[in-house]
Amino acid sequence: MNMLSNKETGFADLLKNGQTLKQFRDGIIERTEATGCYNGLETLAFRDADPIGYEKLFSKLRGGLVHARETAKKIAASPIVEQEGELCFTLYNAVGDCVLTSTGIIIHVGTMGAAIKYMIENNWEANPGINPGDMFTNNDCSIGNVHPCDIATIVPIFWDGRLIGWVGGVTHVIDTGSVTPGSMSTGQTQRFGDGYMITCRKTGINDQPLRDWLHESQRSVRTPKYWILDEKTRIAGCHMIRELVEEVIRADGIEAYEKFAYEVIEEGRRGLQSRIKAMTLPGKYRKVAFVDVPYKHDDVQVSNAFAKLDSIMHSPCEMTIKSDGKWRLDFEGASRWGWHTFNAHQVAFTSGIWVMMCQTLVPTQRINDGAYFATEFRLPKGTWCNPDDRRTGHAYAWHFLVSGWAALWRGLSQAYFSRGYLEEVNAGNANTSNWLQGGGINQDGEIHAVNSFEASSCGTGACAIKDGLNHAAAIWNPEGDMGDIEIWEMAEPLLYLGRNVKANSGGYGKYRGGCGFETLRMVWNAQDWTMFFMGNGFMNSDWGMMGGYPSATGYRFEAHKTGLEHRIAIGDSLPLGGDIDPSRPDYERHIDATAVVKRDNQCITTEDCYDNHDLYLNYLRGGPGFGDPIDREPKAIEHDLNQKFLLPEYAQKVYGAVFTRDAQGFYTVDAASTQARRAEMRKERLARAVPTRVWMKEERDRILNKHASVQVQHMFATSFALSEKFTRQFKAFWDLPADWELNESDLNVPTYGSKHRMDLSLLPDVTTVVQVEE
Amino acid sequence: MTYTNEQVANLIDGKLDWETTFRMLSMPKDGSRFEQYLAALQSRVGFKDRIVLPLGPHLYIVQSAKSKQWKTICDCGHEFCDYRENWKLHAAIHVRDTEEAMTEVYPKLMAPDTQWQVYREYLCPSCGTLHDVEAPTPWYPVIHDFEPDIEAFYQEWVGLPVPEKAA
Repeated sequence: MNMLSNKETGFADLLKNGQTLKQFRDGIIERTEATGCYNGLETLAFRDADPIGYEKLFSKLRGGLVHARETAKKIAASPIVEQEGELCFTLYNAVGDCVLTSTGIIIHVGTMGAAIKYMIENNWEANPGINPGDMFTNNDCSIGNVHPCDIATIVPIFWDGRLIGWVGGVTHVIDTGSVTPGSMSTGQTQRFGDGYMITCRKTGINDQPLRDWLHESQRSVRTPKYWILDEKTRIAGCHMIRELVEEVIRADGIEAYEKFAYEVIEEGRRGLQSRIKAMTLPGKYRKVAFVDVPYKHDDVQVSNAFAKLDSIMHSPCEMTIKSDGKWRLDFEGASRWGWHTFNAHQVAFTSGIWVMMCQTLVPTQRINDGAYFATEFRLPKGTWCNPDDRRTGHAYAWHFLVSGWAALWRGLSQAYFSRGYLEEVNAGNANTSNWLQGGGINQDGEIHAVNSFEASSCGTGACAIKDGLNHAAAIWNPEGDMGDIEIWEMAEPLLYLGRNVKANSGGYGKYRGGCGFETLRMVWNAQDWTMFFMGNGFMNSDWGMMGGYPSATGYRFEAHKTGLEHRIAIGDSLPLGGDIDPSRPDYERHIDATAVVKRDNQCITTEDCYDNHDLYLNYLRGGPGFGDPIDREPKAIEHDLNQKFLLPEYAQKVYGAVFTRDAQGFYTVDAASTQARRAEMRKERLARAVPTRVWMKEERDRILNKHASVQVQHMFATSFALSEKFTRQFKAFWDLPADWELNESDLNVPTYGSKHRMDLSLLPDVTTVVQVEE
Repeated sequence: MTYTNEQVANLIDGKLDWETTFRMLSMPKDGSRFEQYLAALQSRVGFKDRIVLPLGPHLYIVQSAKSKQWKTICDCGHEFCDYRENWKLHAAIHVRDTEEAMTEVYPKLMAPDTQWQVYREYLCPSCGTLHDVEAPTPWYPVIHDFEPDIEAFYQEWVGLPVPEKAA
């Protein structure tokens, strides 16, 4: 009589089996570890006994998820969601493992699952409670979200009073109320400034958003209209899917549904393993990627002196494909997280891989957590992809996630090539930038923020049998779209003065990378307007393959005090179209000679003021190339010249093309002369080359003398500090003396954060969810 | 699903019709591809060594016709090294580590800044074929980027006898 009831102990018995959600989840993890099969499912009883019924369930659920996404996105007003499709919906089982997902930004298979697991591990069922009709909102990057602008609404699904699963919906919002406008801003260097942060907060009951949440959230961001319509989009989609699940259960029974919700994950695990065996080759693959973090420049204005340094992010990847078809991805040697917004939580990394894999290794509709269970991840704690400090900023985690995966893509492509599946080879990806962002008072007189998603249509990497696609895609959204000019002009007070394919932006090769594109924007009818740039400039984040070159790097062009208002009034010439050859700039001939122009590789800047009639070039990058450029077909070069995809100077220098240009400007490449020229080029190449080991002696001397820029040394120093193995391998390769060392403290740069750090797990009453080997 | 030897040869040449290419992309993979691929490549090369594994458009691991040792060679016949070694260490290299060298291949502002990143072009010392372009920072070790487990692949994955290998 005087015993505490479930109510007092906080035990909600949501599963009606006497177990807490954590106990139930622990059991699944235990059975998975003991058998190697998800939840101990060594046989797939439902699938094997009733394959048709199993497939019907799959089709209904998958179809419903895609349908919910397509329908719900029409509610949104934000072009990021409505035009670009930056949303997705995912169905989970009771422990937050993904059953199936819709199309769209499917990186969130894992991020919303991580949020559910966080609620489970931290006893949300006791407080704040999990009830039918509840809604939870999450965008917390320290527990698995990619970046704060991806807002997730998570709804529990009950059947007959019992929790049977969850549905999550995510949209990429235009603004998060961070230090500077735009969804992926650069002005902040820490979480405290990264925008409005919500940790699995209960934001709705009885299917209605709570009023405190509605009031607080809308005033916490710059774009409340877009924000609330995004929220309605997510809620509508989640509720559609919850109804779909109820319908399915009414038709097929709860037993079949629940069996399916676990078996399909095991099927996904087996599916990845069998695809690996069917398409790749066992062995070790080592690849590496880098990206620039140029924060020392005056145009990067941040509030912390300790963030003012140039550095480089380093992502070495050793991919081991085992003879049983399992694989291991090890990022030992990665550099430390930094005081910028390019850090990534481990889940952003592990979950993000599936958005890539569905475009190459597992191009099926059965994307779920099965693939996670078939993969061993090793992301060393303290690196940029698994930070060990709760202060880290994540607003543009993609700056390097894209690059970190590039190494994987090249490893897989090596396997496809060696095995003869040439049609699958992809030399890599574009660095999906620039990100045109900013805000102020827009053409409607309202406080506004923008983030142009034209970056969702960069050039793709070359294949081993064909060129990459021009201005076509982004790795993070397989259904990306550059959006219509008319829609962007409604969303942004920026008129288009040009939208053109960017010549020479695709990496050269036998098959070239897809070209990016560029749009010239003029500020129009705005007040107190600001913008900034974000992308790679001093470095490429991806390489070419097998003799192909990386794509071109980024650069910025902006112009102020242009005199365009007067030029338009008097009918003078205007800067129109593409910045075709930045070696011979032409825009400057059509603006006032006294205009203030910035043309350089500083592609990360912070919020700067733009007046009406100022100019901003949004250059979206190309993809990397495949194979030796002098193997390229003369006809393909001719086509590129005539389409203005390639400048004539580089057709000669890189491809060895010999051509003529007629009076109409049409190019014709002479195949025989080109062949002869290429024979000469081979000799010229060898004349300027040296044996690798000879060059290595010179490079070793440079290392001994510490002859390298500070940013290069800083990158190595942070990697060395985190990895003895990487240090040992580096020193062994260059045969360095045992006492050779490189320390951050010797570089005369800020070292804030290099020694003293505090992880989120050290906060009281917090259990973090670790899903990788650290 | 299988494809004819002619279709596989056309694929290698980049001349396969799109309909067949699309089928290759969308259907489960054809298990016999590797054998067909090897046969097609073997019929094209000028050397007598047996191809064990293609590494790139002009780079192979072969079984030496004379010694039966497995080597990495260029399709001009140039021998780099034992297949377990990093062939790049036996190549000729041209490093683009100045602005002048970079702007030979890219317009101004579209090339990396060599204080951040350099391009290392690895060439066959005999024929000048460009086999790989690395794009690392200065100081970065030469990457040994692929160590295939050829025995497991032949025996366990594609069910083919492993070519003889002399020590």
